[in-house]
Amino acid sequence: MFAVFRDLIRYNAEFTIGLILVGIMVVFASLSFFAPMDPSLIYMTIPDQPPSAQYWFGTNSRGQDLFWQLSAAFKNSLIFGITVAVLSRIISITVGLAAGYLGGWVDRVLMFINDIFVSVPIFPILVLFYFVLRNNMDSFTMALILACFGWPFDARLIRSVALGLKHREFTRHAVFAGMSTRKVLLEEHLPYVMPIVFSTFMNNMLWSIGMEVTLAVLGFTNINNPTIGTVLYWANSHSAMVVGVWWWIVIPVILIVMTFLGLFLLAVSMNEYIDPRSRLRRMGA
Amino acid sequence: MAEDIVKVEGLKAYYQMNYFGVSREVRAVDGITMTVRKGEVYGIAGESSSGKTSFIKVLAAAIRPPLRVVEGSVKFDFKNGPFEVATATPREIEAVRWKHLSYIMQGSMSVLNPVRRIGRTFHDFASRPMGLTGKAFEDRVIAHLARLKLPPEVLKAYPHELSGGMRQRVTIGLATVCHPEFIIADEPTTALDVVVQKEVLSLIRDIQKEMNAAVVFVTHDMSVHANVADRVGIIYAGRLVEEGPTRDMFFAPKHPYTAHLVASLPRIGDTKQRPALEGRPPNLADPPQGCRFHPRCPLAVDKCRQEAPPLEQVGPDHRTACWRWQDVKPLVGASAPSGVMA
Amino acid sequence: MQGYLYFVAKRALLMFAVIFFGVSAMFLVTYLSPIDPVEQVLGRLSARSNLSPEAIAATREALTAMFGTGQPMLTQYFNFWTRLLQGDLGASLMAFPTPAMELVMRGMPWTLGLLLSSTIFTFIIGNLMGGLAGYFQNNRFFKAFGIVTMGLQPIPYYIVAFIILIIFGFLWPVLPISGGFSMDVRPGWSWTFVFSVLQHSLLPAFSLVLVGLGGWFIGMRALVSNIVTEDYVTYAELAGVKRDTIVGSYVMRNALVPQVTALAMTIGGVFSGTIITEQVFNYPGMGSLLVDAVNAGDYSTVLAVCTVSITAVAFAIFVVDLLHPLLDPRVRAE
Repeated sequence: MFAVFRDLIRYNAEFTIGLILVGIMVVFASLSFFAPMDPSLIYMTIPDQPPSAQYWFGTNSRGQDLFWQLSAAFKNSLIFGITVAVLSRIISITVGLAAGYLGGWVDRVLMFINDIFVSVPIFPILVLFYFVLRNNMDSFTMALILACFGWPFDARLIRSVALGLKHREFTRHAVFAGMSTRKVLLEEHLPYVMPIVFSTFMNNMLWSIGMEVTLAVLGFTNINNPTIGTVLYWANSHSAMVVGVWWWIVIPVILIVMTFLGLFLLAVSMNEYIDPRSRLRRMGA
Repeated sequence: MAEDIVKVEGLKAYYQMNYFGVSREVRAVDGITMTVRKGEVYGIAGESSSGKTSFIKVLAAAIRPPLRVVEGSVKFDFKNGPFEVATATPREIEAVRWKHLSYIMQGSMSVLNPVRRIGRTFHDFASRPMGLTGKAFEDRVIAHLARLKLPPEVLKAYPHELSGGMRQRVTIGLATVCHPEFIIADEPTTALDVVVQKEVLSLIRDIQKEMNAAVVFVTHDMSVHANVADRVGIIYAGRLVEEGPTRDMFFAPKHPYTAHLVASLPRIGDTKQRPALEGRPPNLADPPQGCRFHPRCPLAVDKCRQEAPPLEQVGPDHRTACWRWQDVKPLVGASAPSGVMA
Repeated sequence: MQGYLYFVAKRALLMFAVIFFGVSAMFLVTYLSPIDPVEQVLGRLSARSNLSPEAIAATREALTAMFGTGQPMLTQYFNFWTRLLQGDLGASLMAFPTPAMELVMRGMPWTLGLLLSSTIFTFIIGNLMGGLAGYFQNNRFFKAFGIVTMGLQPIPYYIVAFIILIIFGFLWPVLPISGGFSMDVRPGWSWTFVFSVLQHSLLPAFSLVLVGLGGWFIGMRALVSNIVTEDYVTYAELAGVKRDTIVGSYVMRNALVPQVTALAMTIGGVFSGTIITEQVFNYPGMGSLLVDAVNAGDYSTVLAVCTVSITAVAFAIFVVDLLHPLLDPRVRAE
């Protein structure tokens, strides 16, 4: 695993850039553990100060230091993304491996359900959730809902790999040796799908954080919890761009683009590493 | 004796690769000299990764990086003039492609575009070289298909709607519809069942006779060579090790490798286990010194380890690259399979 | 032919399953919610004095009919479906007494127009460029195009739309950034109206296209660079088949088959993007309606938008799926 990492850093510029970008954002988000003030409090500093030596990212119209505000926001959003990714990975691995290995009607039923989940437009349903739950919709509830909808694409991917593993020699050996289905899947097949799980992990984080941003910007989440989306929501509701507090919008947008680009580059370069054919192309064969 | 259609001289073609900063050179074709005559079937045999596939790619003027011709020449003598593969421009290649030089590729299932009707594929491949379009073109194609015992309806079908044998006949038809002078057939019978194999072989033979084309027939299966080839050349580790009339190659091989290949053919009434050749073919990125066959050769002496033997005339039309060719005897129990044309 | 019918039947089954599942989810969200949504909504409404009493009464009637209290869940579920199938979700609160369905139907053409035009455009351009980039792997132009679109692809719809809004609203105001058509133009089949509509749709559509291109580009490039190693492509190249025939009919044509399947799978996501884009550009479609309805506490309209969008997306996926056998002769034979 370490050697793979080293090779990727040395020969794959996309991976290196992605790693640096994500690294910066993780460090920035972790700083919020040392924040001098509670990020949810307002009117703690002079409002509307442009970026300066004292306030690196300036302050907003609600009297918050944007540096610490954004640090907390990115921490919350990254944790949110990771929660959704972990939860939905569990579903997609279970469904993917089971469908691929068991085949037959189990496969057909699971893939039919899979198709349904892919097809349902999730956004209106999320809005409905918010409409019904209002402020009871905390970020964990939202993570649960998103996890319920975030697995089908990846389950299909994992299934296609599991389908290939099923007919490999070692699977037959394991079955003849009397291994239970659960053991075959967990001990024999899971390691093979892990690379896909990692690369889809990033993609899933992108998707769920994006969803959160969208809902929050519309005001359809708990707007007092600092996240990437709620920062933008407050900036919009104070018409930051119009009144000239541009840093309230521009800085978060730059940071968001950095985060998303970083995660995306990691996903893409890992994908490339997984697919041996694209590696062959790289070496020019 | 017939004229030569192609003369290969001192051909060297290497793969040059660069993987994660390490460059590698694979000498797939390492000094091959041979000729193919007009109207003959020349069989090329060799194990996988012996360099025969790369050799064919050069012959077919399908040289693509990382494969490169490093040295030597491949000169064709076509009706429309001479053609040199190593220095040909894309325009020159286009001028001989399919009309003079054609190719039957391995794997009948996968060489046809699965979402295109056969008729369209024929049009894509042959309309330009033949200089015909519309009805005139279609009539020619239908006439050609009839020769291959294929009904004209085939043209309206998709590849998946045809049986394996039919698909193979279609691909042969596709390669021969322009009446080329030189056809390369790369393992056209592998993966077909024996009955279909037989049919396909006689089909290629018939078409070849009718059009008086030269065919280079590549397969690792010696019994197929016995059935179709006029002459056979054996490639081992990027070099031609022996070449001669099919009959001589089977009854009086002059290279221990050929002797082994012939002896390993199964025969009716066999009770003994065939002797297997020990070792594996050498790595072409790092071939052994001297004769490349010496690590596996039962006759190897010191000279073989140091000096590579040249291709030497040992009989009429028969050449071999072995220091001890006089000591090579057909292995025990060896006799030509029934198909050899005596 | 039989294979085709079987395929259509299978896909139709999926369509109904999607609608059934989506609508049931809608019902369950409301029914199982710990807070009684009916009372909550009504409570909030009564606090507002600007609503007429009959509007509130009508809403109460519609909501209790669908989610009414005290009834067993299955009975209630059945009632819910009955109302839905009649297309009667009650009157809208925001625009009483207009039925909620009517509001949705008014917004639908805008959303559909935006969604269709941007999806078709994105699909064609993204696949064309991706395909060419996969075939001509060393071409600088396609490489640069790829870097730009791939850089935009991971960024949330909202951010891209917002950046465009900032650029064209504040920095370089050449295109309208809000509304579906100019206020001074009367709706109708006049040239000025059509022009105004097109002009107003440019930015929202552009933002959707920008975000969407990358996905198709990456997918197609990957597919094509695998397909060029297929025997039938190698063979056609060997035979000297014309370059454009190979690229078009051999490489891209085969890559199109999985891409159309992918198109069906992304429609749901693109729909979500359209809703957001509408909101950013204040475009008069279903998305803006949904947001307004949520803010106004208009339950009937929220339900109507959700129902119609689930149905519309399921139907759109069905239509795209129908294309699949036309593109792939192997499906027809199954």
